[in-house]
Amino acid sequence: MNDSIYLSIQNSPRFKELVSKRERFAWILSAIMLGLYAAFILLIAYGPQILGAKISATSTITWGMPIGVGLIVSAFVLTAIYVRRANGEFDDLNNAILKEAQQ
Amino acid sequence: MIRRLLAAFGLAAFAPTLWAAEALTGAVQKQPLNVSAIIMFVVFVGFTLYITYWASKKNKTASDYYSAGGKITGFQNGLAIAGDYMSAASFLGISALVYTSGYDGLIYSIGFLVGWPIILFLIAERLRNLGKYTFADVASYRLKQKEIRTLSACGSLVVVAFYLIAQMVGAGKLIQLLFGLDYAVAVVLVGILMCLYVLFGGMLATTWVQIIKAVMLLSGASFMALMVMKHVNFDFNVLFSEAVKVHPKGEAIMSPGGLVKDPISAFSLGLALMFGTAGLPHILMRFFTVSDAKEARKSVLYATGFIGYFYILTFIIGFGAILLVSTNPTFKDAAGALLGGNNMAAVHLADAVGGSLFLGFISAVAFATILAVVAGLTLAGASAVSHDLYASVIKAGKANEKDEIRVSKYTTVALAVVAILLGIAFESQNIAFMVGLAFSIAASCNFPVLLLSMYWKNLTTRGAMIGGWMGLISAVVLMVLGPTIWVQILHHEKAIFPYEYPALFSIAIAFVGIWFFSITDKSKAAEGERALFFPQFVRSQTGLGASGAVSH
Repeated sequence: MNDSIYLSIQNSPRFKELVSKRERFAWILSAIMLGLYAAFILLIAYGPQILGAKISATSTITWGMPIGVGLIVSAFVLTAIYVRRANGEFDDLNNAILKEAQQ
Repeated sequence: MIRRLLAAFGLAAFAPTLWAAEALTGAVQKQPLNVSAIIMFVVFVGFTLYITYWASKKNKTASDYYSAGGKITGFQNGLAIAGDYMSAASFLGISALVYTSGYDGLIYSIGFLVGWPIILFLIAERLRNLGKYTFADVASYRLKQKEIRTLSACGSLVVVAFYLIAQMVGAGKLIQLLFGLDYAVAVVLVGILMCLYVLFGGMLATTWVQIIKAVMLLSGASFMALMVMKHVNFDFNVLFSEAVKVHPKGEAIMSPGGLVKDPISAFSLGLALMFGTAGLPHILMRFFTVSDAKEARKSVLYATGFIGYFYILTFIIGFGAILLVSTNPTFKDAAGALLGGNNMAAVHLADAVGGSLFLGFISAVAFATILAVVAGLTLAGASAVSHDLYASVIKAGKANEKDEIRVSKYTTVALAVVAILLGIAFESQNIAFMVGLAFSIAASCNFPVLLLSMYWKNLTTRGAMIGGWMGLISAVVLMVLGPTIWVQILHHEKAIFPYEYPALFSIAIAFVGIWFFSITDKSKAAEGERALFFPQFVRSQTGLGASGAVSH
């Protein structure tokens, strides 16, 4: 692999587009995940009674249950959102960049 | 505030259960010989040895040996990663935590899970695009090979050693419990089998052993959870209200208890779990077994799904055990304690919902789990020695493939012998801290160097070296001075470092160290390293020139 290909990719507008789109998307999703987790930890430390509150007068289930399970599900959903866009839109863009560079 | 502080001190006593859940500690009583479990386990071993034989026929090159030739699919790799994560100790430990404290078990498993999306978003693709066999390939990509590979190999070996000892001791105790075999016999057996898998089957066999076990564990756990839900007519409200009625802590099991004491400890633990996972050599290695970044992403998606599903199952299993095990006198001794200790909650539940045959199955799965995890660890340790230390440091990149693999095989045997000896030596020691230490070191040494090598243009060899060692040393020193080792093991009155989990501080030390010693590095070599960032950046983003399924 010679340096000129790397250089031409680095300077191509499509590459810049891919990098900025993907980075922004990845950081936004990371921030959401970390934010949710941090909020959960703060809730445990400062508001355990909120997690321990029953979801209705007749139920034993507490708010902590759907919140906890929701966090697990959100980890999977965020992953799925990223993989969907990365394996589709980003990979198409990536393939176009590689094709262009190798011509 | 004062009341909260007092409560925090009172609760501090419970904190070690966290790591204990991963390490399976405490004295256990030997159980009577369990014949159906042994038969099922022998079938599993026979089958996996056959796979090892099959893999040994297919393994021809170094790439086959280290990374299964890059031919594992995203789905298979996702199962294998999930398998690495679902250790026997986490299956039995987390369900035991739910059994004893209810909701806290869920908090613990969430901490383990949230690291996965972050790994995907920030490092998985770049790792796949830049690396070949070990994560040191990536960390040393544009830096000085010798120094960075030595650092990464040391980081890997220390992590592998602590993790391996914890698993070996857990294995011995578990097998004593489940099969009624002697502790020493169990440890030797685990050592020999893991050695055979890695020696002859390499990554291909190690991956398949992990996949088979993951499928067995997920189906076994699904069956148990299903039977529990059937018992309560698939109504969660009934499950929880019945559990609250019979549990000694009553309604307290439905809300957070003593697991998380203060936000600093909680964040520190969360960081150790999250970034530790992103620095565990045996997990990172799995990203090189798939063909490209696309499959690497899929691996994480499947792994997150399986791990999340598994944690939800263990939560149901833990509550099921409260309902079906704690109320049944046949599972308890005269004093009313659970036979074999609380870690046996899930195992007794297997008996309660599926009879002795299913009990045998779950016991065999637990044993298989340990085997699969230690095999992956051993392979990661052996690769660090052969690929990083031998081929790149000692032979300066000029080793031939045959010699490299031979060194890897010698290391595998050596690691097995050391693991067996240390496993026996640490039988009655408190080793719960070892898993914590392994995660903290992975998070404070391996992870910062790896992350910055991919993201930060100005990183230099000097910065990575000094900062990486600072992270490693501070993680070890703060752990030794903290409550777990200083007070509980060395029996000093008061801990010098107040927090159980040093990760928050040692990670910060590592990052600051790397940053400071990089920006102040004005050498010519440093300039060259900075200039190399852009070609690396293009490759990490596009996969151009990455070692894939086509060629290495």
